[in-house]
Amino acid sequence: MRLSAADLLRTGASGLRARPLRVVLSALGIAIGIAAMVAVVGISTSSRAELDARIARLGTNLVTAAPDDSLFGGKAKLPQGAAARAEHIDGVRRASEVAQVTGVSVYRSDRIPEEESGGITTYAADLGLLETLRVRMAEGEWLNAATSEYPAVVLGAKAAEQLGVDRVGPDTRVLVGDEYHSAVGVLAPAELAPELDRAVLVGWDAASDRLAMDGHPTTVYVRADPERMSGVRDLLGRTLNPQRPHEVKVSRPSDALQAQEAVDQTFIGLLLGLGGVALLVGGVGVANTMVISVLERRSEIGLRRALGATRGQIRGQFLVEAMALSALGGVSGTVLGALVTAGYALSQGWLVAIPPWALVGGAGDPVPIGALAGLLPAVRAARTSPTRALRAG
Amino acid sequence: MTATVVSRPQHTPPAAELDGVARHYPGGVRALDGVSMRIGAGELVGIVGPSGSGKSTLLNLLGTLDAPTEGSVRIAGHDVGALSDNGRSALRAQGIGFVFQQFHLAANVTALDNVADGVLYTGLPVRRRREQAAAALRRVGLADRAGHRPHELSGGQQQRIAIARAVVGDPALILADEPTGALDTASGEAVIRLLRGLHAAGAAVVVITHDREVAAGLPRRIHVQDGRIAADERPAHTGAGS
Repeated sequence: MRLSAADLLRTGASGLRARPLRVVLSALGIAIGIAAMVAVVGISTSSRAELDARIARLGTNLVTAAPDDSLFGGKAKLPQGAAARAEHIDGVRRASEVAQVTGVSVYRSDRIPEEESGGITTYAADLGLLETLRVRMAEGEWLNAATSEYPAVVLGAKAAEQLGVDRVGPDTRVLVGDEYHSAVGVLAPAELAPELDRAVLVGWDAASDRLAMDGHPTTVYVRADPERMSGVRDLLGRTLNPQRPHEVKVSRPSDALQAQEAVDQTFIGLLLGLGGVALLVGGVGVANTMVISVLERRSEIGLRRALGATRGQIRGQFLVEAMALSALGGVSGTVLGALVTAGYALSQGWLVAIPPWALVGGAGDPVPIGALAGLLPAVRAARTSPTRALRAG
Repeated sequence: MTATVVSRPQHTPPAAELDGVARHYPGGVRALDGVSMRIGAGELVGIVGPSGSGKSTLLNLLGTLDAPTEGSVRIAGHDVGALSDNGRSALRAQGIGFVFQQFHLAANVTALDNVADGVLYTGLPVRRRREQAAAALRRVGLADRAGHRPHELSGGQQQRIAIARAVVGDPALILADEPTGALDTASGEAVIRLLRGLHAAGAAVVVITHDREVAAGLPRRIHVQDGRIAADERPAHTGAGS
């Protein structure tokens, strides 16, 4: 006579109901392993989703060109008017340039000693830079045709922090070189041009008139058609500096973000491995619990045999019990892992992204582990002689 | 108490038939040796003897929980030695009810479900099992305790629940192993009355006991001593043993 699936489940669960604390503790082992794995997958997926969204927003079609300092000890320069020439390349949508102004320090006021310059760089910037880089303004306004001729600056995100400027008004001023400049705006972090975060930007004309900028750009930023990226990269050096094309270093800043994804993958592998070890330990815990359970419940086994249970039915009961125990751990671990993921992702301001396979796998994977862990105890339970089992009670 | 011995038709096979049965354990222990006996359908029998005499071994053989080393055991006409382990399980599920000294009730399970477990392995759906369990509880007079858990019941009540579990499948043979051993006198008497009532309803009832008073109340007494049958006191033709 076979037990129905419902009866098998009922007898399997009856053993768990009788010892709730032990059930919770041994399911916890499985739950911790599963929670760790689900959280690792969830957090890395959320982080990747966030990075993907950032890359999509910033675009992978930005190319920068700069003089190759490594060859000529910082003496190499791009010719004047480089950005305008770059715009003639087929496939370039727009190009902007900045020129580093040397020998100029930036201070909040003239009372700060000269040596405490804080490492803030000054750049001359053209008016199209903001759009080329797709950087937002955190505060105030970008330079315009009027302010670019006057002593006015826009502060990079970190530079503003360092100078103690968190909002700009008519009388917010910083000292650039010998002259006070009005701070008209603060940039949000420039993810594709992080060098601008620790800089202040002045208009091109103001920089040549007041700060002795020589008109040679130090970086040209180029937005290209995504399909024509490689052509643009090839032509950029020759176009910007026809005499010395090898002195131009061309790079794509979004490559760094994509490299970050690859680094993440390595860590995920490692952390998943650790989660797997935790799961294995949890499985051993379940096996341990089941062995003890079989020893303790010999009289129950004897009674069931007396009531007509076959060896197979006893084996089935303990197997189902071990699987239910593991499944309990799997489901609670999955919930825990999802909560940890959601908590972490939300605290980082990310979207919560957990792949469905992780949820299904987290809840379901422990079941075969439980079957494996319960196999030996179940076989021992089935082999227990009913007469000996009844004497134990 | 007189005419109940042959309450079943003559062609019904005996509830149990042992022929030259011996049971030896490893190490040379001879728990039973050369035991032959016959328990008729619907008979009420006491198996009496001091502890270590072989009573429990005999009960295990009658209950098909154990197989003889020598000789043959037939339960309800089935040769136990020829049955597979699953066949013996099926025989226990359908034809034999057990009552134990320690009740062996599942804690945290209601009386009704404890009783229903008596037919768990018969293939009946859960609803039928519960219906039969409710009927069995009525037979032992505990219908109003169906929702109680064992720890909420007295020892005597627990043993009556265990008896209900033994009879819920309406077995032809009921084996009771020291059923009054853990009970006070009054509860013990109630349990024996109940077993007598089951016997009157047609089942063969075998009570194993070392309690002389309990044994004295039974119509037939088989005395076991050192693994052998020392005496088989059959009822006199009228009113024996009562």
